[in-house]
Amino acid sequence: MAENDKNAQNTQIPTVIADTVDIVYRVNGTGGGRGSATAALNRILRRKQAEQAAGVRKVHAVKKVSFVAYRGEAIGLIGTNGSGKSTLLKAVAGLLPVENGRIYTDGQPSLLGVNAALMNDLTGERNVHLGGLAMGMSREQVRERYQEIVDFSGINEKGDFITLPMRTYSSGMAARLRFSIAAAKDHDVLLIDEALATGDRSFQKRSEARIRELRKHAGTVFLVSHNNKSIRDTCDRVLWLERGELRMDGPTDEVLKEYEAFTGDKAPKPKPKPKPAAKAPTPTPRPPNQPQTEPNDTKVPLPS
Amino acid sequence: MSQVLHTPPPTTSAPAKTGTGTDLRALAARHGLSVSGARPSLPEYVRQLWARRHFITAFATAKLTAQYSQAKLGQLWQVMNPLLNAAVYYFIFGVLLGTKHGVPDYVPFLVTGVFVWTFTQSSIMAGTRAISGNLGLVRALHFPRAALPISFALQQLQQLLFSMAALVVILLCFGVPVAASWLLAVPVLVLQFTFNAGVAMIMARMGARTPDIAQLMPFVLRTWMYVSGVMWSLDRVLADHRDLPSWVGPVLQANPAAVYIDLMRFALIDSFHANQLPTHVWLIATGWALLAGVGGFIYFWKAEETYGRG
Repeated sequence: MAENDKNAQNTQIPTVIADTVDIVYRVNGTGGGRGSATAALNRILRRKQAEQAAGVRKVHAVKKVSFVAYRGEAIGLIGTNGSGKSTLLKAVAGLLPVENGRIYTDGQPSLLGVNAALMNDLTGERNVHLGGLAMGMSREQVRERYQEIVDFSGINEKGDFITLPMRTYSSGMAARLRFSIAAAKDHDVLLIDEALATGDRSFQKRSEARIRELRKHAGTVFLVSHNNKSIRDTCDRVLWLERGELRMDGPTDEVLKEYEAFTGDKAPKPKPKPKPAAKAPTPTPRPPNQPQTEPNDTKVPLPS
Repeated sequence: MSQVLHTPPPTTSAPAKTGTGTDLRALAARHGLSVSGARPSLPEYVRQLWARRHFITAFATAKLTAQYSQAKLGQLWQVMNPLLNAAVYYFIFGVLLGTKHGVPDYVPFLVTGVFVWTFTQSSIMAGTRAISGNLGLVRALHFPRAALPISFALQQLQQLLFSMAALVVILLCFGVPVAASWLLAVPVLVLQFTFNAGVAMIMARMGARTPDIAQLMPFVLRTWMYVSGVMWSLDRVLADHRDLPSWVGPVLQANPAAVYIDLMRFALIDSFHANQLPTHVWLIATGWALLAGVGGFIYFWKAEETYGRG
């Protein structure tokens, strides 16, 4: 796969370059044992030295990850829970500062999602406007796309719900509206974090189609998912993160085979690439509690 | 299986692994990629912020409307809230403590003070939580973060405009004549808004780093309120206490809250005369606005790339 990438390098234009990236979270108030009030005071008085001593814990979420993504690629990010996938995605989007190393991007990568900008007390209609503006669309663009967004979400299929406050929506309806707003904009570099998991089946189908469409317009797509099937369907390259480290980087089939062996998920059965045949996004049951399965702690000495 | 798993990431992952960093950096430079999450230059930042102006206003209006959307009386609370507030202060300071003696048009005087002060107070309070209370938004979407404190200050300005409508009614009820000087309220509001937005940005940065400040601010703000002559005439109080050091008076009267409150009273109430204002009052008002507005903006921008960490 190394030569595969070398070829790519010659012919293609890089859009995202991660250069030995480290990401560290600092968590306040985990000081156990001693009275945490004094620990906090201690922390304030002697900033740096006291960090470890007084309740601030560092979580090294991503360790020395390097990769180059090229235009036209769709890259899947896989790994067990807590392996740093979403964190890495946020750093690529420039939303989380990196501790060491650099991430270079072409244009502004955007995370697919507007949940945080929406307000439950406002009507769906106003949320469409607010969400669109929050993503950086102009007022005219929002107005143009408005009908399209509402139709896509299917909120109005069962009556005029778009003029009701969002708090009155069922959780599925709200999720559909959120996805519809988020997917309304074209992006250079698109980052998707398990967005496919929302809504009922017919909506899932529509969202998959929409994501394929976005892919066509976008330079590069990153997809975080625990659903190996949707990774197979959408991605041609996969990065496998484990405990914050880049375990593998290569074509989807190769990496997924190893990953499935690692998680003990359908390991023995060598799975030939299930090409589109049945497009219905049957929600392949996500292997629950993956990290607890055997290989994780026992057999595999991770290079650290 | 274990073979592959033992493979250290370096060999499997992509092209430029040989010289750590330099190759990748060169590759990035060759294709003109920019560092993700880097702080834009100040002019660029201003440009980005301007491009998001519709988001800023929409966000402010949305927050304002969402505030009372569950209440039965709905948006009526926009006006009721400040009025009830003023009524409480009137009861305590006007009736019980008798501060109203010697202050002509005490009710308009008090209500103007309370409304104008509330604008500054809530802008600063909202600014303190602008980043720390909206981490979800900051971590999910890309926009110049200064949009948040500015948007919160704008929300408070909209709130104040509702209050001002109520204030006009009160003024007319208490027989304060309509005068051309009412137009002065507009420049006062512009200056005060600039000041508030600036302080909100300063507090937003501090609050983002140390969320505990939000706990402290109510006490600071209450102290500030009492020394700014919201419920009494600073002029009169100072006249009653001649034993105070001579610098206390000018300092109290030049503090931004007092300046904006007194200017607004001067604009709206005809029995509030220019001689109750400190000298060069417009200069002071503009100075505070520029100092806080420009200084706060630059101070906030300096930490732009760090918001959302944690």
